[in-house]
Amino acid sequence: MTSPMQDPNTSFLFGRLTFDAIPLHEPILVATFAVVALGGIAMVAALTYFRLWGYLWSQWFTTVDHKKIGIMYMILGVVMLLRGFADAIMMRLQQAMAFGGSEGYLTAHHYDQVFTAHGVIMIFFVAMPMVTGLMNYVVPLQIGARDVSFPFLNNFSFWMTVGGAVIVMMSLFIGEFAMTGWLAMPPLSGAEASPGVGVDYYIWGLQIAGVGTTLSGINLLVTIIKMRAPGMTMMKMPIFTWTSLCTNVLIVASFPVLTAVLVLMTLDRYVGTHFFTNDMGGNPMMYVNLIWIWGHPEVYILILPAFGIFSEVTSAFSGKRLFGYTSMVYATVCITILSYLVWLHHFFTMGSGASVNSFFGITTMIISIPTGAKLFNWLFTMYRGRVRFELPMLWTIAFMITFTVGGMTGVLLAVPPADFVLHNSLFLIAHFHNVIIGGVLFGLFAGMNYWFPKAFGFKLDEFWGKISFWFWVAGYWFAFTPLYVLGLMGVTRRMRVFDDPSLQIWFIIAGFGAALIAVGIAAFLIQIAVSIRDRKKNRDVTGDPWQGRTLEWATSSPPADYNFAFTPVVHDIDAWHDMKSHSYERPLTGYEAIHMPRNTGAGVIIAALSVACGFALVWYIWWLAALSFLGILAVAIGHTFNTKRDFYIPVQTVVDTEARRTKLIESRA
Amino acid sequence: MSSTVTQTGPRQFHLDHEPHLPEGASTMLGFWIYLMSDCLIFAVLFAVYAVLGHNYAGGPGPKELFDLELVALNTAMLLLSSITYGFAMLEMARRRQTMMLVWLGITGLFGAAFLSIELYEFSHLIHEGATPGRSAFLSSFFALVGTHGLHVTFGIIWLATLMVQVLRTGLTASNTRRLMCLSLFWHFLDVIWIGVFTFVYLMGMI
Repeated sequence: MTSPMQDPNTSFLFGRLTFDAIPLHEPILVATFAVVALGGIAMVAALTYFRLWGYLWSQWFTTVDHKKIGIMYMILGVVMLLRGFADAIMMRLQQAMAFGGSEGYLTAHHYDQVFTAHGVIMIFFVAMPMVTGLMNYVVPLQIGARDVSFPFLNNFSFWMTVGGAVIVMMSLFIGEFAMTGWLAMPPLSGAEASPGVGVDYYIWGLQIAGVGTTLSGINLLVTIIKMRAPGMTMMKMPIFTWTSLCTNVLIVASFPVLTAVLVLMTLDRYVGTHFFTNDMGGNPMMYVNLIWIWGHPEVYILILPAFGIFSEVTSAFSGKRLFGYTSMVYATVCITILSYLVWLHHFFTMGSGASVNSFFGITTMIISIPTGAKLFNWLFTMYRGRVRFELPMLWTIAFMITFTVGGMTGVLLAVPPADFVLHNSLFLIAHFHNVIIGGVLFGLFAGMNYWFPKAFGFKLDEFWGKISFWFWVAGYWFAFTPLYVLGLMGVTRRMRVFDDPSLQIWFIIAGFGAALIAVGIAAFLIQIAVSIRDRKKNRDVTGDPWQGRTLEWATSSPPADYNFAFTPVVHDIDAWHDMKSHSYERPLTGYEAIHMPRNTGAGVIIAALSVACGFALVWYIWWLAALSFLGILAVAIGHTFNTKRDFYIPVQTVVDTEARRTKLIESRA
Repeated sequence: MSSTVTQTGPRQFHLDHEPHLPEGASTMLGFWIYLMSDCLIFAVLFAVYAVLGHNYAGGPGPKELFDLELVALNTAMLLLSSITYGFAMLEMARRRQTMMLVWLGITGLFGAAFLSIELYEFSHLIHEGATPGRSAFLSSFFALVGTHGLHVTFGIIWLATLMVQVLRTGLTASNTRRLMCLSLFWHFLDVIWIGVFTFVYLMGMI
């Protein structure tokens, strides 16, 4: 095989990029592009007209404040959710239509990209940013810290995640995306079967975002270990902090595997090596093993913080200390360890024999034990509690019911002989949507509704929140129960057209469910808009709108830049509840200047250069790749010469900020 | 505020004065964790070599390709560079900046010598037709050894940067911290190389 370096069909200046790469023949894409372009122009114009660029750059893009970075992660996640969901509804529509000789409305070329992009975007650019965003926002507050351990790295990690998302979005309008499914298994993703740019977009998008994820994992891990307030021993950490700790351990210990396996695939595609090829000694199954050694911990990376959110919410809205704190911690740690011992259950059909399959089947079933313990802990927390059914609690209860069903179908799939029947069927699709939507997504909604007043100083609108909740939950069940049925009937995943007309009704029901979810998403957006409109009415002046129990509720809403005017001292798991029950009074004098990190633009610049480098590598524009890589090195080295990294918030600023808060609290009394 | 249930004596709920955290207090831990994540990348490459290392696809194997004497020389270069880096750190502890820079310079030269020999070995192999695309064995060999070489390259760039910084601002707290991080990095690469030397070269000759 010739390597792309000597490909005669590429030009020096533009590599293999030509005008044909712009998909003018796809009316759906042209219309999407028109909408995106018009929206983009309108936004740029508005930002320019209102002179917001300077504000955005100095207050947001270059910020090292973990709270602002957390909010930006959430915005990225919500924006990408819209894209990922557009893919989902396109698939549902196609599958509901393509019966009785109808080809539906999507070509195979387009449909295959849609299901790949849906998976990639939902995991890497919706779930991951939102989980990271919540951890970023909440963890330093919960442990009584002023920021994370490495504030610049935090900013850089965020922008690298954005960079990856930008690369993936570019593939929509320039060239194509991978048509391989979200894990790009070789030999399908190899140079022979996928010669186009799709898999290359996939590789570089994930690599750039992966740098951000790994670094943010290291950052939060060190933050939790090193920056806890005095008195907060490990067994006094809030459960969300515990689950975040475990999640970041998983990130640090699994994302390097993804990086390495993607590098090897890159070498196969760019240099002509034989790691995962069918010939010359390559071994495609090694890719499958390696990618799942990352991939299985990844699902726990997503779900553990959600478990943490549910724990905080259940305890706060039941007005009780969490039942079984210690068992909750041990369950979380057990799941963390076990998540590395189950990867082979994703491919029992590889043929590794009865003993190996039994081992992985049993380890998989064992995971349901600590998970079950968690569920009982939540139930016992509610038992005899004075449960307040506010939005975060509603999402939590929906989770408990939905996730339990998903867990049971998971145990069913963990039985190797059953898996041989259900492997790659829609039953599997229904199962993992059951746990990811019913677990991660419901958790994110619970978390957003719970911590929104902390971040912005006003509660989210309850009416639209309930609309969103009911449409999401009903939509989920309508969309995925039919897939369980179809899966049991043997329908495989990723099909574009169907022959058997008796199946159509199930796909129509699933499509109806997707439409309900669309209403749920729209209601969520309306909920935010309405809440911003009515922000005065829903104002949270106390900083503690839910009678919270952990330290983040000790701060004002939104918290000051420095979070805590005085470093808190912790005596109890529910530190803030402990303070309240001891009639703790906020000190009003004795403030000191506070040492804080300074903003820097290096993260944005390096991420932008990384996008240029990734784009150049996708299209074989070698000069641009080399140039932007040298640029990355230069900016990174230049940044190490920047010694102005910190400053002191003057006492007077602290005094003024705290005085404003005092006035605000008094205004309600 | 909820009512007071039990008052068990006065409890202090905040510090009266700002705690003074030394700058970069978490850096060594953070860097150590980064190294462990990097170690996992090498773990994957070692595992891949273990799986594919015997798939010669009719091409040459280790016995025909490896020149142990050259690799022994190369190993010596890297091990010596680790020792000289250690000397530099001892000089840093004694606050003798010039001597430290001299030892760092020597370390860099040993590193460059290591890289040159490795590049010579690679070009020699490729010249003989043992390219990365020849067989899965050679793919995994070049990936493992090449990734290590790439790390050494970045280590040398980092070393040069730090030497410039020490020349400009002296042995400041942040510079000594960075030199400690690079020290960890440099010795880490040494440990990885011992693995490469043992598992790839020595065991390849059995």
